[in-house]
Amino acid sequence: MSTTPTAAPPPSATGTGRPTAARPPAGPRRASAWARRAPLMPALIFLIVCTQLPFAATLVISFFDWNSLYPDDRSFNAFGNFAQVLGDSDLRASLLTTIILTTVVVLCSLALGLAIALLLDRSFRGRGVVRTLMIAPFLVVPVAAALLWKHLLFNPEYGLFNGAINWLAGLVGINDPIQPDWISDMPLIAVQASLIWQWTPFMMLILLAGLQSRPGDVMEAAHLDGASDWQIFRYITLPHLRRYLELGGLLGSIYIVQNFDAVFIMTSGGLGTANLPYSIYQTFYQAHEYGLASAAGVLVVIGSIILATFALRVVSSLFSEEVSR
Amino acid sequence: MSATTTAAPSGTSTVARRGKGAVLGLLAWAAGLLFFLPVAWMVLTSFHSEPDAATNPPSLLAPLTLDSYRTFFGEGGGASPWPPLINSMTASLASTALVLLLALPAAYALSIRPVKAWRDVLFFFLSTKMLPVVAGLLPVYLIAKNIGMLDNIWLLVILYTSMNLPIAVWMLQSFLAEVPPSVIEAAQIDGARLPTILWRVIVPIAGPGIAATSLICFIFSWNEMLFARVLTGVTAQTAPVFLTSFITSQGLFLAQMCAASFAISLPVLAAGFAAQDKLVQGLSLGAVK
Repeated sequence: MSTTPTAAPPPSATGTGRPTAARPPAGPRRASAWARRAPLMPALIFLIVCTQLPFAATLVISFFDWNSLYPDDRSFNAFGNFAQVLGDSDLRASLLTTIILTTVVVLCSLALGLAIALLLDRSFRGRGVVRTLMIAPFLVVPVAAALLWKHLLFNPEYGLFNGAINWLAGLVGINDPIQPDWISDMPLIAVQASLIWQWTPFMMLILLAGLQSRPGDVMEAAHLDGASDWQIFRYITLPHLRRYLELGGLLGSIYIVQNFDAVFIMTSGGLGTANLPYSIYQTFYQAHEYGLASAAGVLVVIGSIILATFALRVVSSLFSEEVSR
Repeated sequence: MSATTTAAPSGTSTVARRGKGAVLGLLAWAAGLLFFLPVAWMVLTSFHSEPDAATNPPSLLAPLTLDSYRTFFGEGGGASPWPPLINSMTASLASTALVLLLALPAAYALSIRPVKAWRDVLFFFLSTKMLPVVAGLLPVYLIAKNIGMLDNIWLLVILYTSMNLPIAVWMLQSFLAEVPPSVIEAAQIDGARLPTILWRVIVPIAGPGIAATSLICFIFSWNEMLFARVLTGVTAQTAPVFLTSFITSQGLFLAQMCAASFAISLPVLAAGFAAQDKLVQGLSLGAVK
């Protein structure tokens, strides 16, 4: 008993040690609670200062009419900025673009990731090598990946895609094959393709881990009972993978909703590909409309909070299942 | 009965199954190679001369040269890539160290000796990750401007630390939860204090997990571009911002762009391949083991 206070020493000498030494009836428990909390505090305070305070500032700025090119004209604008943002067709369009971009990229990379994870779940010669090759796209710096797709693959004159079309056409004797200008003809699809290429490996890794955690005895029993591959996939694998699909979709969405690099580099937000992060960046960085950018930011935060409450519930259910196992 | 049927399946089904297995194996190889193709093409092009890089149809067997790397590393009189590379290295390594310094004790207080509401705290950390970065960009810019921290690499160190701290706390929490409590109790009875316990007992046991956490924080910091672009100028420019100079095509630049892209991606590729086995657990915030 007497060793408990010394067994739980406060990590820092910030006054928490004294009540333990004096040992009043309620003291040790309170001291021990603080000793538990103390290691957490630096990280918590750091995070609150660095993430919550800027958002508070954004909220304040969003109520002002403030363009940094006219610093003397700064004035309180109440909800004027919000009305302007909601009435701005460009910003509404970028909201729609964000939704389309995120949904298409997350769903396509989940589907492709699932297919490839199923292929990699079987044993075959060189499986480790294929897995390593598959991870590579995710490890290319996003700016480099976007440049790679823009110039090396999509370029209409010397890009690999048109080059391959030309080469294949030459093999079968066609002289002037189609040479599409990929980014101008299908800008959003071009951006989506590069992002799907980067995120499929991520989904594949999570789903492969899910596949490998399937209970082996259940699978074997199903095989012995004469279940077909499709039945096993539909009634055992897919229900088991549900949580992994949700997790992959959730984490992918967190990152892809915020994507800036691919849009910035491939199209500079042109041709209807400007998503919300890009539009807000432009409002603030190029148009210097601080009040408007902040109002848009606040609306994005509100939207994120609504999505996040839903998303956190998904993680929470996954997490409690992990704990109960 | 059932043992005999599994031990001796009929000959035709074995052949059929082996054939199907081979086809699926080939498909897996095809998928892997297809996804790797753009990376391979980038590396190959970086070793071609500029005229050979921009041909249609592509010249696969063109002679190899190191010219693009020579130009990239500043022998042609262009901007030297070393200051941005060093800035990126500083920002990534320093922020990763700071993240570990803050996240290890926090993860300890959320797993080994948990505070009462540890689960709520854990979810608070994650929720900050869901707030869009772009909404906080303007105040950060204004504050940095007022205190004279614009174009200063240490501003990025602080921002990258806050960006990666939630991920690191989640990951480390799941890694530390695997440390057997008896080991820590034994150290506590010996009178060890928290820093000693963390350094002498927990770090050696949870070492691989901590290494994976550091690698992922390093990768995210190295890749970051939005903050770096808005908050740095000439002196604190990072490698991804340096790469954005290739956005518009000017003359023959393809091989050089590939050389720059590959050189700047190399640290991440190396770190990622080294941490392959822990990558899943890390990226899924420890939810997938």
